[in-house]
Amino acid sequence: MNRNLYFNILRYDPEQPDIEPYMQSYLLKETERMTLFIALNRLREEQDASLKFDFCCRAGICGACAMVINGRPGLACHTQTKDLPAIINLLPLPFFKLIGDLSVDTGIWFREMNRQVESWIHTKEVFDPQASEQRMDNSTAEQIYELERCIECGCCLAACGTARMREDFLGAAGLNRIGRFLLDPRDQRNEQDFFQLIGSDRGIFGCMGLLACEDVCPKHLPLQDQLGFIRRKMGLRALHNLFKR
Amino acid sequence: MQEVITTDMLCIGAGLAGERVAIETAKAGFNTICLSLVPARRSHSAAAQGGMQAALGNCAMGEGDNPDVHFADTVKGSDWGCDQEVARLFCETAPIAIRQLAHWGVPWNRVEPGEDGYFQGGKKYSKTEKSENAGLITARNFGGTAKWRTCYTSDGTGHTMLFTMDNKATQAGIDIHDRCEAVALLHDGTRCFGAVARCMRTGRLRIYYAKAVLIASGGFGRIYRESTNAVICTGGGQAICLDTGIVQLGNMEAIQFHPTGVVPGNILVTEGCRGDGGVLLDVDKKRFMHIYEPAKAELASRDVVSRRMTEHIRAGKGVPSPYGEHLWLDIGHLGAKHINTRLREVEEICTNFLGVDPITQLIPVRPTQHYSMGGVRTDKHGKAYGLKGLFAAGEAACWDMHGFNRLGGNSLAETVVAGMIVGQSCVRFLKGESACFDTGIANEQCRNVQQRIHTLVAGNGREKAFSLRNEMQDVMMEGVGIFRNELGLSNAYTRLEELHARAASLKLASNGCGANAELSLALQLRGLIRLALCVTKGALERTESRGSHAREDYPERNDRDWLVRTLSRWDVDNDHPCLDYEPASRVWEIPPGDRGYGGGTVISTDSTNKKEASE
Repeated sequence: MNRNLYFNILRYDPEQPDIEPYMQSYLLKETERMTLFIALNRLREEQDASLKFDFCCRAGICGACAMVINGRPGLACHTQTKDLPAIINLLPLPFFKLIGDLSVDTGIWFREMNRQVESWIHTKEVFDPQASEQRMDNSTAEQIYELERCIECGCCLAACGTARMREDFLGAAGLNRIGRFLLDPRDQRNEQDFFQLIGSDRGIFGCMGLLACEDVCPKHLPLQDQLGFIRRKMGLRALHNLFKR
Repeated sequence: MQEVITTDMLCIGAGLAGERVAIETAKAGFNTICLSLVPARRSHSAAAQGGMQAALGNCAMGEGDNPDVHFADTVKGSDWGCDQEVARLFCETAPIAIRQLAHWGVPWNRVEPGEDGYFQGGKKYSKTEKSENAGLITARNFGGTAKWRTCYTSDGTGHTMLFTMDNKATQAGIDIHDRCEAVALLHDGTRCFGAVARCMRTGRLRIYYAKAVLIASGGFGRIYRESTNAVICTGGGQAICLDTGIVQLGNMEAIQFHPTGVVPGNILVTEGCRGDGGVLLDVDKKRFMHIYEPAKAELASRDVVSRRMTEHIRAGKGVPSPYGEHLWLDIGHLGAKHINTRLREVEEICTNFLGVDPITQLIPVRPTQHYSMGGVRTDKHGKAYGLKGLFAAGEAACWDMHGFNRLGGNSLAETVVAGMIVGQSCVRFLKGESACFDTGIANEQCRNVQQRIHTLVAGNGREKAFSLRNEMQDVMMEGVGIFRNELGLSNAYTRLEELHARAASLKLASNGCGANAELSLALQLRGLIRLALCVTKGALERTESRGSHAREDYPERNDRDWLVRTLSRWDVDNDHPCLDYEPASRVWEIPPGDRGYGGGTVISTDSTNKKEASE
């Protein structure tokens, strides 16, 4: 405790393109139970009001504050400084468009992904306000929730080898989203429909199986199992399509 | 030149309420845009863990539940401060709203038939779920309810509802302009026709023209230092309404403290912890709530539990810590399986932020600012008082089904129920309206904002935005907290007036370019302090105790003089709010009476001296 913490933070403002990106150093005294949320806000309030970074819920549930912390993508709000060395290097997440310093544009990317994978229940049934709800096994509901817990922080994409090479890759977040709807009995899409969405290199066949996505997922989603599951399903569907011709 | 965008419906806020209204207007064929400070799915709605109340009566302990029981709970919870017409409408619609969400994809937890154990007050009981109800939406226990009525998806209810809602919004083709903050409303004194907004990517201003505008920007908890609210809950929507000098805010003094904010950090752990059988312990690791509240114990309403906790700490039973005194929340006896599934977020919050394992260790908690019952006063259709074409819904609004205390699970329910009802009312309005946008007024408003920014960047002010904000938050914590009195409130009011004056001469330390957070705060600050002044003045004037508003010097609930809703307005160029009052409800389906918890005496409506309220 009472360590001197040295923060090296990437600085760049796309609104001022003449100034090249550079690393800026700050010194801060560590306090008890300090998180990066506390530290960054203190830096901005006490030392440099121009620092750009994002926090929203500051409680690990909204995904706003993902950044690369000493080389590893993670949520800044629930990272405690006591778990880090005295030199802390902070970079914005790669893959996403930079807004400034540590702030990146995850919103636009995820919105587009949701649109592309048609991230909603596809059903022909019309809602009847007078009727009771459709029944569902509690275990099914819990399985869906298990995948629905993704907070769209972008860590999985930031850690993904394929995403570094092709910007149209849907990544673990996108494929997990498909897995969620594949499981849901309310969604009337069949395997062929899903194949159309993700049966390509920008979808499930682009994954190189490096599995860093699961390593860095702050919500500990079973991304590895999901990728395997969808890959098998879509692989079989691909063979099926091949022989049908 | 400013970018100009024209639409039919402009929703300021893209949380559950904003998007639910947007879906209604988009489905009716109107162009709809939502503005949001953050990507829509990061809205504070996502943080709600515990659940949504709807009287389905599917689970064993919810048997016999119906909207009448829900209504009675809500009215009692509000301490008879709510609008009973609205509360009735709300309770009748909640079951439809939740079933619609099930249809749209929310993975609600379901009834599992058979015998099952549950905890209450630290003791284990047993219940049997009927096989004919298997697979229907189940519910958990929450404070202040006669039945188990709070429907949930583990403890990520807000998250699943918001993601489902945003899915639906994406499907409906609604435009979400995220990282965009409304900084002024466009109006001609009678009609609202859009807003000036600031892009938080580039810092540039935009004019939005709209036939109807909705305020659904959430609460303003960030006027307090210790708040469970997300850092974006700065009351921007209420503030730009106040700036019109016309629109009124309702019951701003009604501020809810939640019993279980964690220490330190002020992150909320859900009421589901107590609902599922968790207990509060003091420094001696002894339960105490049942001593104060024999009937309801840990499951009295939030205002009552928060006050009792504070009283208990004052009686010397708090646990000392470097962050001040706190109490313990014990959920360990619920077992690892329960905690790792239905209270998993709680488990993560405890491990990540406190280094506490809630299965084997106690959680340090104390009451923390949580919810703003007050907000933009609307009628039962969601129309804001004062300006035609302006609507409000969700926490930003004072639609007023919460009165002076909101029950847990009623805010998620309100967002979607109000979303449906206010959404339909927006549709009716849009169908009857042709557009009339006054470009002169819009350009002038835009120039005003530009001038404010210019002064902040280049002017000769000397005050710092961050420090003024911190001072304001401390004033609110000290003087306008759980217990209030004349001296504390009038001191707070004087100090806030000083801060309001000082906020007129801010100066940025940075250049204010692009996505600059200091500039955002500097632009918000005047509004924040004005909201704080409305809260404090309302509390100072209200010489009674009702729901969350507890005056030590006026401990009675005074129905004779105070069965009214406070309305605050801020005349342009004034330096203080003007208060007015209206009856709390036009309809009294349940006449004022005893809540059944919380104790305290009531000065009844029909007498000049104290006596029990009659039925």
